[in-house]
Amino acid sequence: MKRIKEISLISFFVLWITQTVQAQIGRPFIHDPSTVAECDGKYYTFGTGGGGLISHDGWTWHGGGVRPGGGAAPDVIKIGDRYLVIYGATGGSPNHKGAILTMWNKTLDPKSPDFKYSEPVVVATSDGYEENDAIDPGVLLDPTTGRLWLTYGTYFGFTRLIELDPKTGKRKAGNKPVDVAIVCEASTLVFRDGWYYLLATHGSCCDGANSTYNVVVGRSKKITGPYLDNVGRSMLQGGGKMVVATRKGLIGPGHFGHIILENGVEKMSIHYEADLEQGGRSVLGILPVVWKDGWPVAGEKFKEGTYEIESVRRGYGLELAVDFTRMAVGPRGFGQPNNEPVKPIPAQQLADVMKNWPTGTIHLRIGDYMSRPHQQWTITDAPDTTGYLGGPYYKIVLAGTDRALAATADAEVITVPAFTGAPEQLWRIDQLTDGTYRILPKTVPDSGRKVALVSSGDSTPTLAEFDFNSDNSKWNFRIH
Amino acid sequence: MDRNHKYVLPILSFIVLAGLQISSFTAFAQGPGPGQRLPLPPIPLKSDTTHTLSQHFTPASAAQKAPDANGFIQRWLVLEPVKKDIVRNNIFTDNYLKTAFSADNFSGDYTTIPKNGETVRVGTQELKWYALDSKAFNFNLYHFTYAINKPKYGILVWLVTVIDCPEEIKNVRMAAGCNSGSLWWLNGQEALLLSGDRDMIADNGTSARLTLKKGKNIIRGVVINGPGMANFCVRFLDEKGSPVKNFRIRYE
Repeated sequence: MKRIKEISLISFFVLWITQTVQAQIGRPFIHDPSTVAECDGKYYTFGTGGGGLISHDGWTWHGGGVRPGGGAAPDVIKIGDRYLVIYGATGGSPNHKGAILTMWNKTLDPKSPDFKYSEPVVVATSDGYEENDAIDPGVLLDPTTGRLWLTYGTYFGFTRLIELDPKTGKRKAGNKPVDVAIVCEASTLVFRDGWYYLLATHGSCCDGANSTYNVVVGRSKKITGPYLDNVGRSMLQGGGKMVVATRKGLIGPGHFGHIILENGVEKMSIHYEADLEQGGRSVLGILPVVWKDGWPVAGEKFKEGTYEIESVRRGYGLELAVDFTRMAVGPRGFGQPNNEPVKPIPAQQLADVMKNWPTGTIHLRIGDYMSRPHQQWTITDAPDTTGYLGGPYYKIVLAGTDRALAATADAEVITVPAFTGAPEQLWRIDQLTDGTYRILPKTVPDSGRKVALVSSGDSTPTLAEFDFNSDNSKWNFRIH
Repeated sequence: MDRNHKYVLPILSFIVLAGLQISSFTAFAQGPGPGQRLPLPPIPLKSDTTHTLSQHFTPASAAQKAPDANGFIQRWLVLEPVKKDIVRNNIFTDNYLKTAFSADNFSGDYTTIPKNGETVRVGTQELKWYALDSKAFNFNLYHFTYAINKPKYGILVWLVTVIDCPEEIKNVRMAAGCNSGSLWWLNGQEALLLSGDRDMIADNGTSARLTLKKGKNIIRGVVINGPGMANFCVRFLDEKGSPVKNFRIRYE
């Protein structure tokens, strides 16, 4: 039993020491990525200079995307059954003369017989003298009006807003640009709960680990602004509230793109100017979007570690359904003499309790969290190459053991004595827009159902359809 | 800000591709191929591009001027730029700025008030003062240097303005934003240093609490910038963070 403790301790330190924050895996090398778009079950993003990245699962990325026109910093939006691709022709020329162009394609898959870009159409220009540089487009299809808006511009003066025709991708006749921000770049718009949010990148790019890129936001009730930050400062005065900045070795995030997967599950696509783990290359990043007090902020890609898995329903913790083992310390009565030396009491150890547990399948409960061994879960990146948008699948084992969480064919959740890597033992973890998490098995055996770990009662975990509007579907990961 | 390197690769690509240019704008059946760049379409000029101050500034008049509705000081004596060789703005450390501002200085007396139109010597350069009102809340030095047909990038620009207060105002803070580095003095005392690769953001930095004297107060500033659009904005904030507007601005 001492050996188990040692292994557990060593495992913890190995994890702790080696834990790095990965943006994405494969060859996710890109600069100024377009908002990640899904097409026929695959994910696509296009970058500066042409070309782009493709992913089958949203976690492992490789080259192969085709975006003609060169230039820089494209964006993509699906409108109806077509994709509108927008890009800056110059990538920012030294004389700040530029043009924004749009083109359509029925598919983003270059291997599809339908893959054919329409001829690009110029929708905005900068003449080299005006206080604007026509690059870095970002688009929003207003969900309330169906109108298509585009912002563009860089640090050279103003970010501007124009309106496009969502049927043609051309500029709306008679539309005049509106200045909405100053000294920022890579802007885009998001609509939520009656607010228009203008997200843009401040700081400097293209200097590797010295780049100071960061994404800020202001909001307005009108699409034309003014976009004010959390202290009431207009983005036309340089205002902006931080959305995402450098985190660990991932330096200089920029070029925010908003991805709504479903109610309560939103992601942002960005690039980091430098990933120190990948030689300082510019890489694609995907992070959860959390909305806090009406403002978007980057959530966290799930971090490996040992946690209490707390049900948001009541606040109980997920635990093995085993006998509760009392600690070998009697309560001290109030009337007893109190002049004995104060000595620490060791915490209950796994070895103290697991000898009495069944060796086969053990069911799960949700109970009062008592910081006991049957309530602590070690979650690590599974030895599996697959993932989902923004993350890998995880294995969830009882801390200090190989006993793994697994989905069953009848949509229940159990633990099995040893992790085998079977898909029902792989778990997807998404941070939700309210900051809590959802936990989904990769598969339910013999079923195509998409289910999540939920609390069917305060003490009963099961698998059921995810419902963002119910705390039954939400979990927190606590480190104590 | 310094993003010029962002464009190095596209520019190189353009040069290479321009040499290999194989098709015209209209010849691409489905747009140009990967990595190919369209020549820019004709882009008409949208405004007057002559080198004139009147597009963004007006000559400061003898009459005193109020700050704008948000308290920003739009009237400044601006010295023609001192040319500097600056590749990147992230070299603007505190030490770099203090050394550069000390070396390329027109006067060590930080209460001196230059005269509109006079020239001073900084190093080997003979530079002229302009008394101007910005039409915007900020004072865009890129526009200024373009207007007087002087270097727009890699510049150091000295600034002076005078504000008259009808009464003493205590516990105010000078608030400034600049692209990219700057140093500010009030009545000869150093008040605020903005170092690093900064954007021109209102209230990006604030001084310690200051007192504006009854009568004349002299603000001296200096902005330095490499690539990008040199720019600044200055105002005073009271203890609640509200703009101070109870003063008048002049340049003499």
